[in-house]
Amino acid sequence: MSDTLLFAMEATLNGLTAGVMYALVALGFVLIFKASGIFNFAQGVMALFAALTLVGFQSGQIPFSHLINAMFGTRLHHFGWNMPTLLAIPATVLVMILLAVLVERFILKHLVNQEPIILFMATIGLAYFLEGVGDIMWGAEVKALDVGLPKGMSGAVDDATFAWFGYGFYIDRLEIWAAGIAALLVAALTVFSQYTKQGRALRAVADDHQAALSVGISLRFIWVLTWSIAGIVALVAGIMWGSKSGVQFSLSLIALKALPVLILGGFTSIPGAIVGGLIIGVGEKLFDFFMSPIIGGATENWFAYMLALVFLLFRPQGLFGERIIERV
Amino acid sequence: MNGQGDAMRDVATDEGYVTADGRKIGGVAMEMRNITLRFGGVVAIKDISFDIRWGEIRAIIGPNGAGKSSMLNVISGFYHPQEGDVIFKGYKRPKMRPYQVARMGIARTFQNIALFEGMSVLDNIMTGRLHHMKANLFQQAMWWGSAQREEDANREQVEKIIDFLEIQHIRKTPVARLPYGLKKRVELARALAAEPSILLLDEPMAGMNVEEKEDMSRFILDVNDEFGTTTVLIEHDMGVVMDLSDRVVVMDYGKKIGDGTPEEVRNNEDVIKAYLGVAHE
Repeated sequence: MSDTLLFAMEATLNGLTAGVMYALVALGFVLIFKASGIFNFAQGVMALFAALTLVGFQSGQIPFSHLINAMFGTRLHHFGWNMPTLLAIPATVLVMILLAVLVERFILKHLVNQEPIILFMATIGLAYFLEGVGDIMWGAEVKALDVGLPKGMSGAVDDATFAWFGYGFYIDRLEIWAAGIAALLVAALTVFSQYTKQGRALRAVADDHQAALSVGISLRFIWVLTWSIAGIVALVAGIMWGSKSGVQFSLSLIALKALPVLILGGFTSIPGAIVGGLIIGVGEKLFDFFMSPIIGGATENWFAYMLALVFLLFRPQGLFGERIIERV
Repeated sequence: MNGQGDAMRDVATDEGYVTADGRKIGGVAMEMRNITLRFGGVVAIKDISFDIRWGEIRAIIGPNGAGKSSMLNVISGFYHPQEGDVIFKGYKRPKMRPYQVARMGIARTFQNIALFEGMSVLDNIMTGRLHHMKANLFQQAMWWGSAQREEDANREQVEKIIDFLEIQHIRKTPVARLPYGLKKRVELARALAAEPSILLLDEPMAGMNVEEKEDMSRFILDVNDEFGTTTVLIEHDMGVVMDLSDRVVVMDYGKKIGDGTPEEVRNNEDVIKAYLGVAHE
């Protein structure tokens, strides 16, 4: 087998696993967009905030310690214990649910029946607010996140591919785990939305608010529920990205990568988010592999956006989105 | 049909009355007491009182803009009147949100059809049973214990309604693909799935052809007959209303100008002047 083909295959596999990571972030957007028609600009920051909180709990950091120190001249920093990961994750989930309750109570409730653009602006505000709160609560330095997921080259894949092709593929074990966890997450979300009362209510609210009210569904409860789920998805994305490249501000920028994923997959489709993520991941890696030698590299920074632009021209509703039909 | 041959009917007492065709009408289910509803300076409903009895078909009629739909929205909790009380089952109802009213057993349909367009007919009707489901999230997801029994019981009830309204052939069809008349019927099915104690129908026959109207009238009567459902309906078509209903409230410019059996209403001077006199049919 030729080297080029092997390298291309490796790039494709790497692209698939990277795509899963994009899809994880895009999933959070889709959930909220489906249920409330809001494009939640804060989804990326929610992932950052969740990861920060998780690290904070794990290392027994005292929240707001910098603020307290500055105000009272104390020298607080840590409680002096470490919280086991199995306890820190549920604790962070609780924080994300609390965040959902607060978002509903202080933002959504007051903006019922407003234009989508106003709600969008509100989520931009929320993004900056949350970013600031995250900094004040847990400090702004880069933190390492370790929840016990394996990292580094997968020996099994390396051995197997070496045995087949005489060339070992490099695949990060973390990304294989990410793919597995993403699959579990999607399966859980599907079971939830198709087979439970709350899931049915959620789909009903996404479809028609008035009709949902008339069958006895509380919109406010469903919004809290949606934002809680989006918070949990953000936590999963935060864990994956945080384990990969450290918990730091740039984590919130991965949200921008989710945008082309959504344009490809459609804003309203969960399978769309997955497939869109995979296409972007693979496209990015292959384009980089073939084109970088010709045009001088760094194509990963802009390829996704260019692809999204092409999609917007030919299929603005995305691959799986609901067809946009204007009736006159 | 109902409402005709009124001489045979007892005078309405608190115990109710028996209609000409032998249906037993019960005591007062709901009473609207001095309802006034304003939007800014516009008075949509002005000091209206009337009652709804268990088991009867109660119509609200009136020309366009008379405030009929506003009245229905007051009953279903979508609007909150500035003055007056809604008495339900003998108790004054506190200010409630629409979903709370729905959970009390008051189901409704909408003038402009509010269905879940993306879902199948079956799923739409199943949403009507949401507040009858009690199993917890985990049981439902795992399909455990009471969850499965509950789902089966709910499905059974829904299938009964599907049979009753003769929509078996479209049960798996996405609602968005259905013609108007069938959508109206699915909306009725969803409301019935909740097993409501009071069913509110906002112009159930608007925009239908003669055949569809006849079907819908038959369904409304059969539902009332079979399940004893107390029904409040708003309708434009006078002929339909007179045939269907036991008692009629007539509204004009937000005021009540008539209330009684179809016979009484038909002979009411004010009603003739405001409504029947200018009918174009």
